[in-house]
Amino acid sequence: MEKYESELNLKATELRLGLPGSDEPEKSSCTSNGVRSNKRSSPETSEEESVNKIDHEQDSARQPAKVQVVGWPPVRSYRKNVLAAHENGDGGKYVKVSMAGAAYLRKIDLKVYKNYPELLMALEKMFKCSFGEYSEREGYINGSEYAPTYEDKDGDWMLVGDVPWDMFMCCCKRLRIVKGSEAKGLGCL
Amino acid sequence: MECKRKKELPHSNGLNRATAFPDEVLERVLSLLKSHKDRSSVSLVCKDWYNAERWSRRHVFIGNCYSVSPEILTRRFPNIRSVTLKGKPRFSDFDLVPPKWGADIHSWLVVFAKEYPFLEELRLKRMSVTDESLEFLALSFPNFKALSLMSCDGFSTDGLAAIATNCKNLIELDILEHGIEDKSGSWLSCFPESFTSLEVLNFANLHNDVHVDALEKLVSRCKSLKTLKVNKSITLEQLQRLLVRAPQLTELGTGSFSQELTTQQYSQLENAFNSCKNLHILSGLFEATGQYLSVLYPACTNLTFLNLSYATLDGDDLAKLLVHCPNLKRLWVLDTVEDKGLEAVGSYCPLLEELRVFPSDPFDEGINDGVTESGFVAVSNGCRKLHYVLYFCRQMTNAAVTTFVQNCPDFTHFRLCIMDPGQPDYLTHEPMDEAFGAVVKTCSKLRRLSVSGFLTDLTFEYIGKYAKNLETLSVAFAGSGDWGMQCVMEGCPKLRKLEIRDCPFGNAALLSGLEKYESMRSLWMSDCNLTMIGCRTLAKEMPRLNVEVIKEEGTDDSQAKKVYVYRSVAGPRRDAPPFVLTL
Repeated sequence: MEKYESELNLKATELRLGLPGSDEPEKSSCTSNGVRSNKRSSPETSEEESVNKIDHEQDSARQPAKVQVVGWPPVRSYRKNVLAAHENGDGGKYVKVSMAGAAYLRKIDLKVYKNYPELLMALEKMFKCSFGEYSEREGYINGSEYAPTYEDKDGDWMLVGDVPWDMFMCCCKRLRIVKGSEAKGLGCL
Repeated sequence: MECKRKKELPHSNGLNRATAFPDEVLERVLSLLKSHKDRSSVSLVCKDWYNAERWSRRHVFIGNCYSVSPEILTRRFPNIRSVTLKGKPRFSDFDLVPPKWGADIHSWLVVFAKEYPFLEELRLKRMSVTDESLEFLALSFPNFKALSLMSCDGFSTDGLAAIATNCKNLIELDILEHGIEDKSGSWLSCFPESFTSLEVLNFANLHNDVHVDALEKLVSRCKSLKTLKVNKSITLEQLQRLLVRAPQLTELGTGSFSQELTTQQYSQLENAFNSCKNLHILSGLFEATGQYLSVLYPACTNLTFLNLSYATLDGDDLAKLLVHCPNLKRLWVLDTVEDKGLEAVGSYCPLLEELRVFPSDPFDEGINDGVTESGFVAVSNGCRKLHYVLYFCRQMTNAAVTTFVQNCPDFTHFRLCIMDPGQPDYLTHEPMDEAFGAVVKTCSKLRRLSVSGFLTDLTFEYIGKYAKNLETLSVAFAGSGDWGMQCVMEGCPKLRKLEIRDCPFGNAALLSGLEKYESMRSLWMSDCNLTMIGCRTLAKEMPRLNVEVIKEEGTDDSQAKKVYVYRSVAGPRRDAPPFVLTL
């Protein structure tokens, strides 16, 4: 187990506010609905944060690791949902794929895949993880370190595989690979 | 007239002339006063005027439902016909307030049913409303005319069905921006065949299909219908059939604007819009692309408000449309129009007073560039009458904002959201202090300000020094320490609402406003550096304030992560859930 984790090199993909290489303490935590928040936890960190900002003044580039904060930017949820209906361009249906603990996102074209097994295999390869087997009742079981979830048009996070493929194709806004334990709650419905 | 009341003095002399006025006359005169501020002033003149005012008042506005109780309200104002109530703190719109926080309308309705049986209007914003409450409302007030629910949650379309079924005199049904459970569209069919009084119908944010037949019949028989805003399920073809039945509309929200039309359908639709000569307000246009916008052109001449915030148009589409809208005063768009679209706004809309640019892609990146500082300046060059702006962008400069307000010094509402928290001027890498400094120095009439970007204490020094008319301030991810908030608390005499998130303001900052909070509606501070000790101190020093801390799981008990402070004559909340600590 430990060896697997060190092979994954989780520290390198750990999400933080600083540039890679700087050793800021990790500031973000995942909430159960998959949205990351970077709430400040103590006065000390806020001071570091201000210092950090001043350092970044010197860099013209923006911070590479994008942290998603609860309720920011201040756009009401009914507006976010409205825009979910728009696909990106005439060609593929590109959706972002994020993974718990990883700093960078990937993007895939859902139209390339014809069914769930193809999609899941591609994701497992891309993120070097395994989902195990999908079961309608229990979600992903039998060797599943991770589980694939997606955000649908209503803004809800769902387990990949529950709805027919065609419905999934039009409802899926983005994908997120979560730890098996996080997905347990979803699978038990 | 003989009906002189007992209060009239028999020996009136110059000094007593005010009280020699019969009460009915005084009440009659005061009933013509509509402004709440005027009425407040009137009620302070003397006891007679206080009484005359309270008897003659028909409408009451309560900005914070916990600042007063229904009992106190009904005791003071016995003849109210219209109530406007606001509930949750505004940051609940952005998921910062946990569910089941409160602001439930039911206890108010129970008292109103007893004390205001002739209630006609109820307008709620950010309140929790259940289906049971809606049914209770529908059955308790026989004269009920207008229901407006903005950003409310807790009810479903079943509640709407109860309203449609029972409110025989309904004139207005307005459901905006809500979190309701849309079970089915059948509620619309609950309006009885005999029902003809509707003037305003807005269900634009509901999802489900409604029975189009029932809607058509409703529209046909409600000859006074002025406002119709349908939802996405209504196609262009169905819209055409509605429009021909209601050419008198002044306010229209279309459904989906992306159906494939035959030539005949297109020309029928064009004719339908052509007959809508009275349209002042147009919204909806869900999923609209440039293709069919041309049907709108004949109806745009008298448009004063155009809401394109659900249509992913590009700059060219927008430009072609705006040419036909010379009288536009308010425009809402998505940032898909980009700077090019904003240049068109500057060119074609010289009467523009309000502009809102919403982000099409608030969390993702790289899908489109959105709008920048150059579009911002372009608008201000052409639209000198602007006084309200809401602008979401990914990059901004101090120079652009300075130019913007120099072009349009009459701003009353300035809300700029640079979407990356704590981002400096992208050209000079300096803080955005000078930008907001320019805003407050130049715009002396400024009432509302939302700041963003990388800001130091200097921004708040400027605000405290210059923003003398500021009433509402929203701050996020800004400031260097307590001093910033202190400047604002000590410098802005008219401040009423202050909402702060993720700023390094601590107990000293909180307590610097001690004297001020009673003159304000509310203060919200989340993810700052407040502790329970600071909050308790505030609560102890100012017993007429409600100081509430929202506890979150997994946080240190000594911290106060979410703090809500507000004045109240009703005392501490009695309906607080376990996660809200009332100090």
